[in-house]
Amino acid sequence: MNYNELVAIKERALLAMGPREAVHNIENVEERTVLVCGGTGCTSGKSKIIYKEFKDQVAALGLSEKVRVIMTGCFGLCALGPVVIVYPEGAFYSQVQPEYVSEIVDSHIVNNTVLTKYLYAETVGDDGVIKALNETSFYKKQNRVALRNCGVIDPENIEEYIARDGYFALHKVVSSMSQDDVVKVMLDSGLRGRGGAGFPTGRKWMFAKASQADKKFVLCNADEGDPGAFMDRSVLEGDPHAVLEAMAIAAYTIGADQGYIYVRAEYPIAVQRLQIAIKQAKEYGVIGKNIFGSNFNFDVDVRLGAGAFVCGEETALMVSIEGNRGEPRPRPPFPAVKGLFGKPTILNNVETYANVSQIILKGAEWFTSMGTEKSKGTKVFALGGKIVNTGLVEVPMGTTLREIVEEIGGGIPGGKKFKAAQTGGPSGGCIPAEKMDVEIDYDNLLAIGSMMGSGGLIVMDEDNCMVDIAKFFLEFTVDESCGKCTPCRIGTKRLYELLTKVTNGTATLEDLDKMESLCNYIKENSLCGLGQTAPNPVLSTLRYFKDEYIAHVVEKRCPAGVCKNLVSFSIIADKCKGCTACARKCPVGAISGTVKQPHVIDNAKCIKCGACIATCRFDAIVKG
Amino acid sequence: MANQTKVPFTGTKAQEEKLLKVLKGLKNVEGALMPALQQAQDIYGYLPIEVQEIIADKLDLSLAEVYGVATFYSQFTLTPKGKYKIGVCLGTACYVKGSGEVFEELQKQLGIESGITSDLLYSLDATRCIGCCGLAPVMTINDDVYGKLTKDQIAGILAKYKE
Repeated sequence: MNYNELVAIKERALLAMGPREAVHNIENVEERTVLVCGGTGCTSGKSKIIYKEFKDQVAALGLSEKVRVIMTGCFGLCALGPVVIVYPEGAFYSQVQPEYVSEIVDSHIVNNTVLTKYLYAETVGDDGVIKALNETSFYKKQNRVALRNCGVIDPENIEEYIARDGYFALHKVVSSMSQDDVVKVMLDSGLRGRGGAGFPTGRKWMFAKASQADKKFVLCNADEGDPGAFMDRSVLEGDPHAVLEAMAIAAYTIGADQGYIYVRAEYPIAVQRLQIAIKQAKEYGVIGKNIFGSNFNFDVDVRLGAGAFVCGEETALMVSIEGNRGEPRPRPPFPAVKGLFGKPTILNNVETYANVSQIILKGAEWFTSMGTEKSKGTKVFALGGKIVNTGLVEVPMGTTLREIVEEIGGGIPGGKKFKAAQTGGPSGGCIPAEKMDVEIDYDNLLAIGSMMGSGGLIVMDEDNCMVDIAKFFLEFTVDESCGKCTPCRIGTKRLYELLTKVTNGTATLEDLDKMESLCNYIKENSLCGLGQTAPNPVLSTLRYFKDEYIAHVVEKRCPAGVCKNLVSFSIIADKCKGCTACARKCPVGAISGTVKQPHVIDNAKCIKCGACIATCRFDAIVKG
Repeated sequence: MANQTKVPFTGTKAQEEKLLKVLKGLKNVEGALMPALQQAQDIYGYLPIEVQEIIADKLDLSLAEVYGVATFYSQFTLTPKGKYKIGVCLGTACYVKGSGEVFEELQKQLGIESGITSDLLYSLDATRCIGCCGLAPVMTINDDVYGKLTKDQIAGILAKYKE
C-alpha cells in the first residue's frame, strides 16, 4: 500500500458510499442507502432481523444495485432503538419493528414517500417537513470526534473507514514525522486518558519512547467494566479501525511492533468486528510488515478478558494477558519502564485512541479549541438510568450536567424530580441537583467528590435511595476486590457491613463516623485504583445526602421507600373505595376489609413486595 | 432451596481430542492459560477439575496455578450451566430501574438463589453490565435479550423455555 493507492481507495469508496449526506425533503431519488443500527441496544431489539428484512425485500424488488442496506455501529439514541436511517432524505425511523419494514420499503423506497408516522417525532415539523437530525435537542449540542464514524460507516468494510480519511494519519506519521514530532503533537493537544484517571497521553508515550529495550508493547484497554458505561463498546463496534490506526501510530512513536487489545468477553459483537478489522487491515497492508513502504512493522492481537473488573487497572490487565490471576502490582516501576512481559508498555483506553488520528490530521490546535483549560476535546458519556433519552452522547468538555440531563437527555421520565447523577461507576460519586451547573471536566468532577471515570452517567430520581445506591456500589467492589491488599479486601467488606446496618435500621450515628474514617483509611492505603476509589460512592453520598443517612439511622425511615426493613405500607382510609383489588393481589393475605369499606394492611404479615401499590387505582396506598 | 446441584463429569473422547488439539496449538504462546481455559469452557461448557488437570499437564503448569486462574475470573465456571442460561444484568442503569426485583422474582420462580436447577434446565446468574442500558432492566436467556422488564412478565417469559 502506498499513498496513491490509499487515495484511490478513498475516492472509490466515497463514490460507493453514495448519498450518505442528508438532503432533506427532496423528491424522486434514484439511489438510496439504508443504515440499520447494529449497536448493542438495537441488536438486542431485533435490528439484525430488520437488517435482513430490508436486504431481502430490496433484493426481491430487484433494487439491490440502487439501494444499499448497511449495518452500522451505534447511532447513540438507544432509547429509540431499533433505529434506521434512510438517505439521502436522512429520514430517521425510530423504534422500528420487523413488521414495519415492508411498509417502509413500499412507501419510502418504491413510492418516494417518507413514512412520517414511523419517524422520530422530533424530526417531523408541524407542516410535515423533515428536519435534520442534528437540529433535534438530543444531537444539537453534541460534537462527535471519537464517535464520528459510529452510525455512519459500515464497520466491517475498511474502505468506508478509508473514505473518511482513515489510515491517512498513519501514513502521515510513518512518512513524514519523527517519533518526537508525534510526541510533541500529542503533548500539545492536551489529550488526557479517557479511561478514568485522565493522565496526559503524550506524556505516557514520551516516557515509553525514552525507555530502552529490545521489545516494547502497545496495549488497548477495552475491558470496560464500569456498570452503565458502554462507550468503548460502541467505538469498537462502530469504528474498530480508528483504534487499530491509533495503536499503530502509538507503536511507531514508542518503537513497538506488537499490540494487544484486551477486550471484555461480554462484548461478542465488538470482538467479532475487531477480528474482521484486523484481518482487513492486514490484507490492505496498513498493519503488518513494512507499513507504507517504511521499515515500520506492527502486528496486533485480541485477548479476551474473563470478567474481572480489576483487570481494567493497568498492571492487573498486563498480568492477566500474561496468563495469571489479574492482581495489580505496586508501581513503580511504571509500565512505561517495565510493563507486559517485563518490557516497556503503553496502555490507552479505546476512547483515547479514537481521538488520536484526528489530532494527527487536524493538529493539536484544533483539538485544544474544544474543552476547558485543563481538559481538552470532547467526552463521550453513556446516559442511563432515569432519563428519557438513554444513549451515547459526545459533548465538549465543560458542558454542564444540566445541559446533558435536561437538554440532551430530555429530562426525567414520569414527571419525577432529579435527585442525583452518578459518574465514574464504582470509583465515582453522586452529583446532587445543586451541582448541576458545574462544568464537567476531570478536575471539576474531582473537586465535587466524583470522577470522570470512563464516562458512565446514571441519572437517579426521587425514588432512588442514596444509601441503597452506595451499598450497591460497595457490594460490587467487595465482589471485585482481587484480595491482594488488606485495606481493600477487608476494608470494603467492613464498609459494606456498616452500610447494611444503615439500610436495616440498626446503625447508630457513631457508625456513620466510623464509616467515614474507614473510607479515608481505604483510600489512603489500598494498592491500586480500585481500592483507592472504592469509598467514593459512600463519601459523596455522605457529603451530599447526609440527611438520608440520618433518616435511616435516627428516624428508622427510608425516605425513598426502597430499604425494605424500613418501609411500611398503609392505606389512606379516605381514598380507599373498598374495591378489594389489593386484598386479592396480596400474596400473603396481609390486607383485610369488607367490600366498599376502607381496607387495612397488617404490617406483621406484610412482606413489602409492593404488589398492592401497583394494583391500587385510587392512589390510596402509601409507603414510607 | 437446592443451591448447588452436583453433576458428575461426562466428558467424551471427542471433547478431549478437541481440547488436546487446542492445547497443542497454544504450547509456545506466551500467556496461553487464559485462552486455553476459554476454549476449554467452549468445548465442555464448564471447567471441571478433570479438564483443569489436562490443561495443567499439557501446558506444564501446576494444577494450583490453573485452579487459581480458573477461580479468579467470573466468566469461568467450575459447575455446569443449565440448558437455558439466564442472566440478569445488575449493572447500575438496570439496578436503578429495578433489576433487583426481577432477579428476586426469578429466584422465587426457579427455586434457586443462583446456580443450576436440579433438572439441569435453568441456571441463574447476576451478570455485570452488558452494555444495552437503553433497554434497562435487562435479562438474557441464552442469546435472547429481554428488555424493559417488570417482574410480572417473568412467569410468561419462562413459560417459553420449558423443554
